[in-house]
Amino acid sequence: MTFDYSEAFRGSIGLPNTNNVSGSEMRYRDAFNQTLRNELSRDPSVFIMGEDIAGGAGRFEKDGEVSYEAKKGYKPLDAWGGPFAATKGLIQDFGPERIKDTPISEAGVLGAAIGAALTGTRPVVDLMYFDFVTVAFDQLLSNAAKSRYMFGGQTKVPLTMFARSGAGTGHAAQHSESFYSMLVHIPGLKVVVPSDPYSVKGLLAASIRDDDPVFLINDKKLINLSGFVPDDDFVLELGKGRYLRQGSDVTLIGMSYTSEVCRKSAETLEKSGINCEVVDLLSLSPLDEDIILESVSKTNKVVIVDEDTPMCSMASEISSIIADKGFDFLDAPIKKVNSPHTPVPYNRDLEFLFMPSEKRVIEAVKEIVNY
Amino acid sequence: MNKNKISWLFSTMYRIRRFEETMLEQTFKGNAMGVTHSSDGQEAGPTGVCAHLTDKDWIGSTHRGHGHCIAKGLDTKKMMAEIFGKSTGQCKGKGGSMHIADFSKGMLGANAIVGASIPLAVGAALSSKYNGTEKDSVGVAFFGDGATGQGVLHESMNLASIWKLPVIFVCENNHYAEATPVEYAVSIEDIADRASSYSMPGVIADGMDVFNVFEVAGEAIKRAREGKGPTLIELKTFRYHGHFHADDPKKYRTEEEDKKWKNRDCLKIFADKVIKGNMMNQGDLDMIKKAIDSEMLEAVKFAEESPMPNSNELYSDVYVNYEKKRY
Repeated sequence: MTFDYSEAFRGSIGLPNTNNVSGSEMRYRDAFNQTLRNELSRDPSVFIMGEDIAGGAGRFEKDGEVSYEAKKGYKPLDAWGGPFAATKGLIQDFGPERIKDTPISEAGVLGAAIGAALTGTRPVVDLMYFDFVTVAFDQLLSNAAKSRYMFGGQTKVPLTMFARSGAGTGHAAQHSESFYSMLVHIPGLKVVVPSDPYSVKGLLAASIRDDDPVFLINDKKLINLSGFVPDDDFVLELGKGRYLRQGSDVTLIGMSYTSEVCRKSAETLEKSGINCEVVDLLSLSPLDEDIILESVSKTNKVVIVDEDTPMCSMASEISSIIADKGFDFLDAPIKKVNSPHTPVPYNRDLEFLFMPSEKRVIEAVKEIVNY
Repeated sequence: MNKNKISWLFSTMYRIRRFEETMLEQTFKGNAMGVTHSSDGQEAGPTGVCAHLTDKDWIGSTHRGHGHCIAKGLDTKKMMAEIFGKSTGQCKGKGGSMHIADFSKGMLGANAIVGASIPLAVGAALSSKYNGTEKDSVGVAFFGDGATGQGVLHESMNLASIWKLPVIFVCENNHYAEATPVEYAVSIEDIADRASSYSMPGVIADGMDVFNVFEVAGEAIKRAREGKGPTLIELKTFRYHGHFHADDPKKYRTEEEDKKWKNRDCLKIFADKVIKGNMMNQGDLDMIKKAIDSEMLEAVKFAEESPMPNSNELYSDVYVNYEKKRY
């Protein structure tokens, strides 16, 4: 069965037509794990590093019994299977050299991964929580993103990083960040934000095969989301957004989990006769300006939904692009739905007020729909 | 050591010395487009270490990186052109003095964030071990005494040790981090002692005596190639010039201190040893000097006559396969 995924991806409705495509419903986390497995099998130069990506490094197990040394019939211990089980089972099939547990040394580990990428391998680094990228930020900014340019194009950095972002799980201020724009701000780095099991398969595979450093941000709220994933190997082009829904009244622009919020808001609004179009960005850098402007040229009204804090956020950047290149399309002010300019609170009620919600998206739409 | 190697040690040290002097001259003439950091005085370190390396071995370097580049075999014409910001430069004029790299020579780049290139050398060693080529391809991290205050050095040493990677950590202790003396900023007397925390040998070498550096580095590199893991080498050395071209070290160093180190100049120590030991004579040395003096004139001429980069170069080389949009 052949199926042109790229066409479906960029087509008028972005979700793949699943008729006659072999595949199955699965959770985002399972699609993630399966894609890592595929890439490790496909390319022997790919390996993964991170804290507790297996857990129990150097120990072995058989039927739940732990041994401190290698014994016949024992396999490397997979105590954690990685943060959020992203790498579960991989060490037992690919071994500890390719599934490399590391000490808690984000800067050293990311730096070593960059050095490895500069010298012929394709490392993948699991940074656990998105917040921890700041500990390794110098390596990311000064070495991963700049090496190609400052060395005059002599080299490439085929490095993939991923980590979990987002509020909503009670992880509080230091484990819930969504500061996408801090990474998008960096020339030389690509940033992708898959929003469902289908897109994580296509974007993770594309990231690992890409010759530039790519950071894949995984909102924790998506991890158990289910959806259809084709069996076939495929990649989604980095830098392309997709339509989740067509509409004529207002464009809703989402990224990562807020695409899901936009989709649900559009369904609710449809009941009151408001017909929204939903754009899911999928990549934040490169950014698909074309799909943003195309949609706004149709609806003439736009609400951008972004869980990042509002100052200098993706929502701000997209507003500026629309104001600059799509000014004539606009019939109403551009609306941004961000989190407030605060750290993420712990208390559940406050945390839910913090995140962009369906309620706030609907309020924003109602403010401009009859403008 | 055979005669060719001995003569290579001298020509490399002298080439570094003359390159630094020439590039400082050119900096003061206004031909360098930014700040430059001279490594004159420290030549024996990179020379004695890189004498054991091939193009398949990788080194990471610092803002004071011209010596490492030359010892690793980079072309002085392209280096000078890079400092002049010209399109024929090693990095097309887009990197400058502090970012000279040559991947075909195993040079991972001079790096202007103190300590930031150390994990890159560890990563290169990780690649070697991953590919089973550690015998032919080790990683050498050059850094100064100032970098020993950076966390990433300690993380890197720990990683190299627990994974037994073929890495040589080479600390060029020139006794000043910018203007701050090592006695003030480092809590121990010998930086080599930091090795004991990471279960690796820590060795001190006389950074003014290339034969001593050669011997100590040889041992460490042999260990690495044999799969026995990393070593920390501390080179006791001194930079004759200030931190950067316009820095006057008299503001923080005494004349006696300068004199003490200059009396032990690496070229002088070398000449004494080889002439006394009948390994080379003054005529041999003078011939090498003459050739390198004219190489420097050629390097400057090449840099002067080279064209500036095309303005399109502003946008290229950001991404491998994405250059469509110009924001």
